[in-house]
Amino acid sequence: MSFYEKLSVRQKQTVWAWGFLAIPIIFYVVVRFYPTVNAIILSFQEWNLLGARTWAGFDNYITLYHDPVFWQVFRNTFVYLLIGTPLSLVLAFIIAYHLDRVRFLHGTIRALYFLPFMTSAVAMAWVWRWFYQPVPIGLFNNMLATFGISQIAFLNSTTNALPAVLAPAIWAGLGFQIIIFMAGLRAIPKTYYEAAHIDGVSGWTIMSEITLPLLKPTIVFLVVFSSIGFLRIFDHVFNMTTNNPGGPLNSTKPLVLMIYDTAFNSFDMGYAAAQTVVLFVILLIVSLLQLRLLQDR
Amino acid sequence: MIKGRRVFSSGIMAGVLALGSSMAANVVRADVEIEYWQYFFEARVTAMDTLISNFEAANPGITVKTNQFPYADYRTKVAAAIPAGEGPDVVQLFYGWLNDYVDAELIQPLPADIFPVETIDKEFFPMVQAMKRDDQYMALPTAVRSLALFYNQRLFDEAGIEAPPANLDELVEIAKKLTKRDGAGNLTQVGITSGMTAQDHHWWREVLVRQFGGKPYSDDLKSIAYDSEAGLKALEWYVALDQEHGVTDSTFMDEPQAAFKAGRAGMHIDGSFRIGALDETRGLKWGVAELPVGPDGTQSNYSSYWVNAVTSKAKGEKFDAALKFMAYLTSDEAMQIWLDTVGELPAKPSAALTEKNQSDPIYGPFVKGLGYAQSTVFVDESGQRQLMTDMVSRIELEGQSIPESLSEAAAGEQAILDDFYK
Repeated sequence: MSFYEKLSVRQKQTVWAWGFLAIPIIFYVVVRFYPTVNAIILSFQEWNLLGARTWAGFDNYITLYHDPVFWQVFRNTFVYLLIGTPLSLVLAFIIAYHLDRVRFLHGTIRALYFLPFMTSAVAMAWVWRWFYQPVPIGLFNNMLATFGISQIAFLNSTTNALPAVLAPAIWAGLGFQIIIFMAGLRAIPKTYYEAAHIDGVSGWTIMSEITLPLLKPTIVFLVVFSSIGFLRIFDHVFNMTTNNPGGPLNSTKPLVLMIYDTAFNSFDMGYAAAQTVVLFVILLIVSLLQLRLLQDR
Repeated sequence: MIKGRRVFSSGIMAGVLALGSSMAANVVRADVEIEYWQYFFEARVTAMDTLISNFEAANPGITVKTNQFPYADYRTKVAAAIPAGEGPDVVQLFYGWLNDYVDAELIQPLPADIFPVETIDKEFFPMVQAMKRDDQYMALPTAVRSLALFYNQRLFDEAGIEAPPANLDELVEIAKKLTKRDGAGNLTQVGITSGMTAQDHHWWREVLVRQFGGKPYSDDLKSIAYDSEAGLKALEWYVALDQEHGVTDSTFMDEPQAAFKAGRAGMHIDGSFRIGALDETRGLKWGVAELPVGPDGTQSNYSSYWVNAVTSKAKGEKFDAALKFMAYLTSDEAMQIWLDTVGELPAKPSAALTEKNQSDPIYGPFVKGLGYAQSTVFVDESGQRQLMTDMVSRIELEGQSIPESLSEAAAGEQAILDDFYK
């Protein structure tokens, strides 16, 4: 009698259960945990992709701590997060709230709002980059020049460049957030509103007592989702500033772009891994914090 | 009859000889296959296919398999493959990567009996000597690239300018005549393009600094030498193009080459690799001139190149075959094919400085520039370029003084060099 046949029914069930579970477990170990652990190990090493990896101890982290570019990039990343997330959510909510009431061409308008989300970020960034150019090719500056207003340096400015890069990124994500908000709004039972109307409650009370509290799960999801999105912003910045990625003077450079640059232009893989670990920790903390703050009653 | 017999016997002799030599050939190299890698660029692939078929015809028994990768993945793939024993036997590398490849022992030196050092020193352009380690050549190029001044013939005619500038003063004067602004003072046409993100960092580093009497790096290449009187004059002159003379703007039309292609720039400094793109631009009438000389007549130019090297994977007969292939890739014939197909210039004066190439209106100025060109030995090209870009940005966007910005850039680049040569 083989080993398997000697097992009891319950034990056989366990064997099968683990057999099926093994597939996702192996998948996760190979494509998620192994690279993550490897990146953490790499962050304590020096490697230029070519030779052997050599141990460097905490060198990469010490360099990171003393690197002024890193702190600038760190600030930029949080500016993207702290302007991007609230602004995009408020805009998305306002649009979704009013779109919900529109009957005329509702589907078409909704599709129009969703369209940018489906467009390639690269194509979009290049079009916006063209919008922002100085005279004679830039759309915005040409318009300003027609009205006799002096040009604005959108991208070639240390103060304007970050908002200029952020604007299309917010616009691009809006469609998705609007759709989710509308689904959330539709999920609120009509009877609550009917009861409120019968009681003659004001519009603001309806909003603050019924709509927003019942939208909480939707808001939590969108806040976490878009925060992670803005913390990982890369394609918009990279494509709008390709000639001088993250520039001018690092004023638009987010953490992911710095990681990319360190890894694939300077080939300093250990240092890039250290930056990745920092990003990983930030993402973890921000996500856990938001879940805790927003889900507690 | 006698005649017939003689023919017959000589026929046998020839047959025996042929058989003998092919048997000998089989003993030496019995159908060796070597692999060659380069990055994907259509003209390069076409040129390499021609070179390989010529080489295979001349060397029966050796076949060369090629493999091309997109430029973005190239370095990573090579790095991963060679240690695993999977990669190429002969590989194409950017000259600036050589140090890393030598340190990682991914390539082998070229044996002096087949590639004698003195001969190479004598026959190739001097910048190739950057490929020498411990008196052995590690790699050699087929072709090199240099800088020249492109000018828009139509705009020159329109402004009544007869010839491209011969020196830096003339460059400023001509650029002023070519600059156009609208009623509000916005630039609509620049006299000369500018931008450290394009080729200007090479122009500034290897050309302007030298023309103002300095040099960019110390002789051992380990320290920055442009943080000097000459470096300052060079930077002041460069920044003045925009800030004082108003003949350029680094963000004009997004990219310098775009402005020139669109016919909105009078002059543009770029590499020989731009020829192809400009050739295809309809309605653009352009010419090429050597880079203008400095205040005291000093000529200088910057040259960069891709080299071929034998990897550490090639052993035994593959090594021998790889060396033969290398020898062909660095022959005059291969260089001329490369020039005709890709538009990159031969790495040897004997192949480059021919009467035909020198008198060519397009290639001529580039070829002549090679005679006095320098190659920067980069340790992190993009990092070093970024410092040049930021140096100018600080002056233009933050109003930092020119000497301060120069010193800050020099300190930054010194840190990169120190980190590499530690």
